[in-house]
Amino acid sequence: MSGAAVATAGARAPGLSRSMSRSRRVKDRAFRASLWACGFLALLPLAFIVWYVLVKGVSALNLDFFTKEPAAPGEPGGGIVQSFVGTALIVGMAIGMAVPLGMLAAIYLSEYGRGRLASAVRFVAEILLSTPSIVAGAFIWAVVVVAMGTFSALAGAIALTVLMWPIITRATEEILRLVPQELREGALALGVPRWKTIARVVIPTAGSGIFTAIMLAVARGMGETAPILLTALGQDFLTTNPVAPADAVPLRIYNYARTPVLSQHAIAWGGAIVLLAAVLVLSITARFLANRQQRRIR
Amino acid sequence: MGTRLGNLRPNARGTPPLRRRSRLGDRLFKGLSVSMAAGLIALLALLLVVLSVGGYRALSKFGLHFLTGRNWNPVFGREDFGALPFIFGTLVTSAIAIVLAVPVAVGLALLLNEMQLGWLRNPLAVFVDLLAAIPSVVYGLWGLFIMKPVFDHTVEPFLTNTIGQVPAIGALFRGAKYCVETQVGNPRACVKFGYNSNGGDLFTAGVILAVMILPIVTAVTREVVAVVPRDLREGALALGATRYETIRMAVLPYAKSGIVGATMLGLGRALGETIAVSMVVGNGLGIGPSLFRPGYTIPAVIASEFREATSVGVHRSALLALALVLVVISLVLAALSRMLVRRTARLVGGPTPAGAAEIPALEVTG
Repeated sequence: MSGAAVATAGARAPGLSRSMSRSRRVKDRAFRASLWACGFLALLPLAFIVWYVLVKGVSALNLDFFTKEPAAPGEPGGGIVQSFVGTALIVGMAIGMAVPLGMLAAIYLSEYGRGRLASAVRFVAEILLSTPSIVAGAFIWAVVVVAMGTFSALAGAIALTVLMWPIITRATEEILRLVPQELREGALALGVPRWKTIARVVIPTAGSGIFTAIMLAVARGMGETAPILLTALGQDFLTTNPVAPADAVPLRIYNYARTPVLSQHAIAWGGAIVLLAAVLVLSITARFLANRQQRRIR
Repeated sequence: MGTRLGNLRPNARGTPPLRRRSRLGDRLFKGLSVSMAAGLIALLALLLVVLSVGGYRALSKFGLHFLTGRNWNPVFGREDFGALPFIFGTLVTSAIAIVLAVPVAVGLALLLNEMQLGWLRNPLAVFVDLLAAIPSVVYGLWGLFIMKPVFDHTVEPFLTNTIGQVPAIGALFRGAKYCVETQVGNPRACVKFGYNSNGGDLFTAGVILAVMILPIVTAVTREVVAVVPRDLREGALALGATRYETIRMAVLPYAKSGIVGATMLGLGRALGETIAVSMVVGNGLGIGPSLFRPGYTIPAVIASEFREATSVGVHRSALLALALVLVVISLVLAALSRMLVRRTARLVGGPTPAGAAEIPALEVTG
């Protein structure tokens, strides 16, 4: 952003660089080269991971993979339909809980939040982003699974909510802050009550930006394994019962990767390609929308 | 003006019932959003309380031994819970991750913020953020089936033959044959490093972790580099400094404490990373100098033992206590990190960093 302007301002006239001492020039070159090396090093794993998941995963994809329950170990065929349904169920319920919670908290922070409570909430939301996901799982196990007496999709969804709530809060707050103050003032000056100003003016203006925040939270929740492991347990049969143990795609990948059964490894790669594709599409779309949104509001 | 706008203002004449209703609406709406915001604080408090209560039995029974003991035996009647091997493994893998990731992340942040990349900047930044979007289990799967064999047969023998021959630090990279406890109750099982079908090691796990924390360390470093005032750079450049000298003299000194903050946040994420690490770390209880030995981490042991644990003894309580230890450390690191980054912003008099780098930085680990 600022870099480009600085760079042009600081570009040296060709004559000057020739008078620069050799060691200074060499150092500068070496430094630039090492920065580029860092860029290259960072891209390497992404390329490798996407490539191998593609190569290994594609062959596992067929109709059975998406529509059948698992075959017995070693038997050919079978699918992981219950994992897809489980992921949809768990993530769907988590969105249902985390979106209102996160959005309301964000509205507080950006529209009302002044003083100590607001800065405390902002701080807590920020550090909650660092909660290890396994800890969210253990926490919800101790609260929900113990109380219900069973592992369940609902417990999984609550565990994901713990992780998604602060994400949606922080991301939505950033976006609400981009809404120009004049719009709020205009509405308030017309005598529109505060809450209506927020609901009818601020939120629609932020519109797709909020959607972006939700997409990022979904991408994160969808890929979580550890909290699901401790709360939803896993399931071999197709079920949509929210209070029964449920499966999830990442959980199935985790379990299959650790067995010695080769056919299950193949299914794990198949799950990985679907999961990776979904998460990457969500993240890229979210970024694209966020950029467009920021340009539009500004 | 009032007369002209008269019929545009819905509440202009302020009929009492309408005004009362909207005031009620305001109060309801505000109350709701305040309580959801305060709910986040309550959530954190509840989490700490629940884990403390859950872990109390184990902590009170074993006391300090819980943190210093080297034996972990969940068999009821012979229960012994010393978490040192997990603490050791967690620290070692995280340290490897930090050592590998921080220099690259700082370089990457400088590349993205300080160099003229033209059209390359945005795609590069997006790709780095995408590393954060990849689910933990996909890292684990890739690490287990693709990366680990390469490390076992090529990378680690190579390191043993090169750095491994150096005195002192060489010990970290040697690891020909060790006998380690591969599982509880079977202490004499031996694992030949690198050639065991399910034997991962600390080093492999550390490298995977480095890749996983790279995006967040980069994002936070970019945040702090971005608040260094432009005049400092322009001053240095105007004096004829090269790009390298500008960065070293005008940018890095101001960004330093923020970079420390970024490192701490990365460390916090590395400590809590579960699934990918548990798939490649080898799950061995030994403690020793070699990085090529199987290890075990706190999150990994919670993940692999929690479902089998019962509440008859204190096994489950011990796992909850581990979760408590983990979350306290991560939260403290995150809090310190946030403060350091804020301090950088105040130090250079820039705006409090927010936004730009925040959104992609949100999704890390799993």
